Amino acid sequence: MKSNKIFISGDEAVAQGVKLSRPHVVAAYPITPQTITVERLSEMVEAGEMVAEYMHVESEHSAISATMGASAVGARTFTASSSQGLLYMAEGLHYCSGGRWPVVMMNANRSVALPWSIYGDQRDSLSLLDSGWIQVYVEDAQEALDMIIQAYKIAEHKDVLTPMMVNLDGFILTHTYELVEIPEQEMVDEFLPPFETPNKMSFENPKNLGFSSRPDDNTEFKYQQNEAMFNAIDVIHKTDEDFAAMFGRKYHGMVEEYMCEDAEVVLVALGSVCGTVRVVVDKLRAEGKKVGLLKIRYMRPFPVQEVKDLARRVKAMGVIDKDISFGYEGTVYTNVNSAISQIDKYVYKSNFVGGLGGRDITKAEIEDMYNKLYAGLENKSEETVEFFSLNVEGND
Amino acid sequence: MTKVLDIPKVNAKNMTEKEFFYGHKACAGCGGSIAVRLALKVLGERTYSALPAGCMSAVGFIYPQMAFNSNAIITTFPGSASMAAGIAAGAKALGQKDFKTVVFAGDGGTADIGFQALSGMIDRNDDVLYICYDNEAYMNTGIQKSGLTPYGTKTTTTPAGQNIPGTVTHKKNLFEIIAAHDIAYAATASIGYPQDFINKVNKAKHVKGASFIHVYASCPTGWGTPTETSVEIAKDAVDCGLIFLAEYEDGEYKLNRNPKEFKSVEEYLKKQGRFKHMSDADIQCVIENRDKKWERMRKNWL
Repeated sequence: MKSNKIFISGDEAVAQGVKLSRPHVVAAYPITPQTITVERLSEMVEAGEMVAEYMHVESEHSAISATMGASAVGARTFTASSSQGLLYMAEGLHYCSGGRWPVVMMNANRSVALPWSIYGDQRDSLSLLDSGWIQVYVEDAQEALDMIIQAYKIAEHKDVLTPMMVNLDGFILTHTYELVEIPEQEMVDEFLPPFETPNKMSFENPKNLGFSSRPDDNTEFKYQQNEAMFNAIDVIHKTDEDFAAMFGRKYHGMVEEYMCEDAEVVLVALGSVCGTVRVVVDKLRAEGKKVGLLKIRYMRPFPVQEVKDLARRVKAMGVIDKDISFGYEGTVYTNVNSAISQIDKYVYKSNFVGGLGGRDITKAEIEDMYNKLYAGLENKSEETVEFFSLNVEGND
Repeated sequence: MTKVLDIPKVNAKNMTEKEFFYGHKACAGCGGSIAVRLALKVLGERTYSALPAGCMSAVGFIYPQMAFNSNAIITTFPGSASMAAGIAAGAKALGQKDFKTVVFAGDGGTADIGFQALSGMIDRNDDVLYICYDNEAYMNTGIQKSGLTPYGTKTTTTPAGQNIPGTVTHKKNLFEIIAAHDIAYAATASIGYPQDFINKVNKAKHVKGASFIHVYASCPTGWGTPTETSVEIAKDAVDCGLIFLAEYEDGEYKLNRNPKEFKSVEEYLKKQGRFKHMSDADIQCVIENRDKKWERMRKNWL
């Protein structure tokens, strides 16, 4: 296979993925750290490299409204946002999934005000888990590019027809440069055929869409929407396999296990921090400790089976959350814990909340998490939720 | 822009027999539904309609009973202009030709919550006709004050009592705010003057880019008027000068109707439950505001 690697940032990798996917309409509003993506897309349209209607919308709310409108006539669409902008879209996110419009969005994971912070954590997208979007979290720029292409294939599948959000950590991924393989356009065209949907307005077959439903019907619509999200699981696996066969890169579908075959103690994480965890796993493995990493790729649909399968095999699981559901625990932990509770076995669990507002999560901190998991397991402790490396005294 | 002379005239005689908004559950005498019905007859089959939350979407889209016989969609409340713009952009990108995208939004959906998206749509000059049917309050939720509710109006959020005489603000100058974007075509109309409204929709249909029509549409339920007087009262509003018929085209304002004498404002107000409580001083305030506006319009728009 001919190699075509270029040195680009995560934001630029997303733009490359979008161009290769040939959307008809791009509507986006700039927000740090997503901005470079929309700048590059604008340049591609200007240069004629990408044939698309680029809409300079006046807000994120209009970005999602415009992409839904375009999708409702059968166009392939793209939007991108982050943080406050994603929250400003919140109404539209629910609207879009309910309308079954397979819009694809890039979200640059960024903290949420107040206090203001342009830096990364995952509170923005995780607070919108219930909006009905497929959510995937990527670990590097290559995966970001590849997942944009896969996202269209998954979202537009006739059994899915659900919008999809590709999340990449603000700055750590959006602004970091990596060597990224750019797929050949002809191969992407073969992998991703034009968008076809029965769910559109047309002059041949006029439709009224975005309608109201009575209490008699509403539950059935929501049931179908939920079924479509479950249908996405098979489509995600098949798409990953097809992608690997064509482009030679495999991401293992819903989750990726790293050194979990014989692991006793594992950490569960999303996104870029997985790279750091891998390094720590390698170090501890060299010291003879049976540790592993479960990289959750999809938060919706949630990898229940994969989490249960791993929980049956290990003794302790820790979850790193770059978010907090105030008054409870990290959202990833809640989801993982719910899956673990479905098996009839004691697993020591702990939730590590941190990395908020852009604070780095270090190798030393991750090593400390593994040590705490071993200690908790030995003492048969109750599960714990802790903010790690806190600079202030907690309330005792 | 297509020359006005080249546009085939549409009137009651040659208008299509086809109905595009039919079987809906709007109140008897609903002015908004008259505006939608007439506009869709002028725009024809190759039309995408976008309607935000509001009366016309509430009465037209109850699954499985759909009242639009052409393509139509309910939009987010603040996003009707942007969703319509997306429809137009998507259809264009797919190579579709000879179609029109139209928004039908109420006064609140236009002058309040939908204004940002509307301003963006005009700024981008998206190929959309935006029609605001103005019944002067949030009627779908049960008569609450909007930015286009006129001075003195009693609504459920501006009750008239001993301390506050109903609505204490005047209507926003929506038409001029829209024109200030330097839009290709904007107009005001009233369902009381249907041929004038039809002509304006017909003209806007042939604009390539953004266009806007602000049509005055009575609401017997919210106004406290008999259902059979809806057209008459919408005509009275123009004849007494509280509503004006005008256009903005090629950077120029044009006053379409300049009556020598106005009909009585007091009579117009006293016919409606929403104004019944108004004192002589309140009515005087309405008249003074009208006269100031007309003085300015006559000076600058004739």
